[in-house]
Amino acid sequence: MELLFYLFSAVMILFGLGVVVSRNPVTSALCLVMSFVGLACLFIQLDAFFIGIIQILVYAGAVMVLFLFIIMLLDLKAEEGRQINYLALAGGLILCLVFVVQLGSVLTSFEAGDVGKTPQQPEMTTDKNPEGLSELAMERMAEKKLPDVHLVGWTLFTKYNFPLQVVAVLLLVSTIGVVLLSKRKLT
Amino acid sequence: MLEFFSQLTGLIEPTIKIVGLVFLVILPMVAYSVYAERRFSAILQDRVGPNRVGIPFTKVSLAGLGQPMADGLKFILKEDFTPDHVRKVYYWLAPALTMVPALLTCAVLPFGGYLKLPFVDDPFKLVIADLDVGILFVFAIASLGVYGIVLAGWASNSKYPFLGGVRSSSQMISYEISLGLSVIPILMIYGDLNLSNIVQQQHEQGWALLPITLDGFKPVVSMRDLLLLIPLFISFIIFVTSLFAETNRLPFDLPECETELVAGYHTEYSSMKFALFFLGEYAAMIIGSGFAVTLFLGGWSLPFGWGTNGEDSLFWGLVNVGTFFTKVIAFILFFIWVRWSIPRFRYDQLMRLGWVFFFEIALVNILLTAAILMLFRQG
Amino acid sequence: MAIVVKRPKLSIFEKMYLPAIGKGLLITLSHAIKILRGKKKVTMQYPEEKWDANMPEHYRGAPALVKDEQGRERCVSCQLCEFICPPRAIKIVPGEIPSDDPWAKVEKRPKEFDIDMIRCIYCGMCEEVCPEQAIYLRKDYAITGLSREEMVHDKERLYEIGGVREGLVNKWNELK
Repeated sequence: MELLFYLFSAVMILFGLGVVVSRNPVTSALCLVMSFVGLACLFIQLDAFFIGIIQILVYAGAVMVLFLFIIMLLDLKAEEGRQINYLALAGGLILCLVFVVQLGSVLTSFEAGDVGKTPQQPEMTTDKNPEGLSELAMERMAEKKLPDVHLVGWTLFTKYNFPLQVVAVLLLVSTIGVVLLSKRKLT
Repeated sequence: MLEFFSQLTGLIEPTIKIVGLVFLVILPMVAYSVYAERRFSAILQDRVGPNRVGIPFTKVSLAGLGQPMADGLKFILKEDFTPDHVRKVYYWLAPALTMVPALLTCAVLPFGGYLKLPFVDDPFKLVIADLDVGILFVFAIASLGVYGIVLAGWASNSKYPFLGGVRSSSQMISYEISLGLSVIPILMIYGDLNLSNIVQQQHEQGWALLPITLDGFKPVVSMRDLLLLIPLFISFIIFVTSLFAETNRLPFDLPECETELVAGYHTEYSSMKFALFFLGEYAAMIIGSGFAVTLFLGGWSLPFGWGTNGEDSLFWGLVNVGTFFTKVIAFILFFIWVRWSIPRFRYDQLMRLGWVFFFEIALVNILLTAAILMLFRQG
Repeated sequence: MAIVVKRPKLSIFEKMYLPAIGKGLLITLSHAIKILRGKKKVTMQYPEEKWDANMPEHYRGAPALVKDEQGRERCVSCQLCEFICPPRAIKIVPGEIPSDDPWAKVEKRPKEFDIDMIRCIYCGMCEEVCPEQAIYLRKDYAITGLSREEMVHDKERLYEIGGVREGLVNKWNELK
């Protein structure tokens, strides 16, 4: 299992590098897709099936297809021949460096970094029914499986119901805004 | 080291399932669905269809059952021509990218209940990967299928494939939404994303679209199930129509419509690379029918709650597998029947149907399902 | 001025589209059922079943030479067919009939008579132009061969296809 972790991490990092390094925008986009797939595999290894699958469904399957769609309509020759902007490159490298330093400082001060090889079973309350969680999810937990879809839904709709509704309204507003903008008549 | 070996032996069962299902069932079915398409379309149009090819070098024709083998051989022997103006890497990648997602999705397809083999204690669950997020997995992998077509269109670097690729990607993105939304009522009713459990529930309570169980000879129907039939039927129509669009089949085969785009995204392809596109389309069709059957028509279960799930008897286990493939084949024939009956949509009509009608109807349908479920909620 | 075509007004029933699809599906299904029950037969299984019995009288198949009822070659190698033939498929080498032959008074007959069946377009001009009614278009339509040479019908082959034809031309026969 550890081997798979390193494999998918390597996939993620290598294709992530590919996104930045390659001169062809289509190659970059596809590298990003592969990097997303690697990330999804890592999520799945952590038993977070829902997040992993949604990662593929939303990012690789929908967002990146739209990206690719736009890139395909670009003039690729012009993109490939573009000069390297050294100032932006330097800025990006500095940003990366700062991020790596920060990540290192967090990881050294964080004890969960060595939880051991076997992942611990998440703490599950099997004795008392959390309000509103379906019986099916309770059964799964009794079987020592993680019903992550049920738990995510349950948490979203009980604990974070208000923020969820606000986000939903925000999305609706933006959708209507886009429709209005695109439908506006040119005068 | 011992742990490693125990992990290896754990791989035997899935390997047998994968080889058995994908190589011995799905791929021959793909080849023979092409034959079925040709024969059935001929029957629908008062023709005969391919009925000659049988055993080579003999006069035995077997009603043309040798045709798929001959076609396959022809594809292999044809010149594999790569035009000079294409983007080589993506041109080679694209056919694989259409075939792989189509075959990957069958990992979560429950093609039977259980199989109790003699001399083995535990019955085998007849699904390759019994994922708890089965349906989402299907949608996730199926959404990757667009890449093959888009890349084929783009890498071919000529105008008809490009237009086909553009059409296809916008069509598939649009219809993925209504496809996803049309499944949600099913998820709400069964409260689970695991396909095996959905089928198990349909086995116990009657199919989603035939919610009748028999108590002796007396049919048992609940009011709740009858009311739920309305949203389920709407879902079914939206699901099947979107499935047609997702698999690029007529009446929605605009990405490859011959009259406008020569052959669409695979214009520049020949030989086995073309065959991969061709077979990928049929594989997607077979697995799509598999999911339509699993979600709406009871999967491997017999109607009216007959039989068992095969956990205790080999006989019922085999009957369930047979039932599943019978249903899938019937659904494929329906696909073919529709293809040879209905003319092609215009592109703006297709987009209008997806965004203006199906999207909204599916949303309202979810609300309707929720209302019915609220009405009959226990406690 | 462009013609404005009025779009037909559709009722709600027609706008729903689904009934029309259902209707279309039923039509194709009815055809399928007819075929499956053997009520309707459209296609003929060619090499096993042939259309020969239904061939019309005026069918134009392969051209062939004929002999008359007394076994005389009707062709007098006038070469009119060779001249008229649009694709120039016919090649004739005329020859004299020796004086000791019973038909010496006819004077000429073809030494060689080739029709290239790859070139022949089955137009029937040769038949029309022949003053001796010696060349006829037969009903043979499946002319096949494995080489170009095989597709050239020589005199022997032409008489073999043609056979005997009793006809109107009596000028060479004995006076009664």
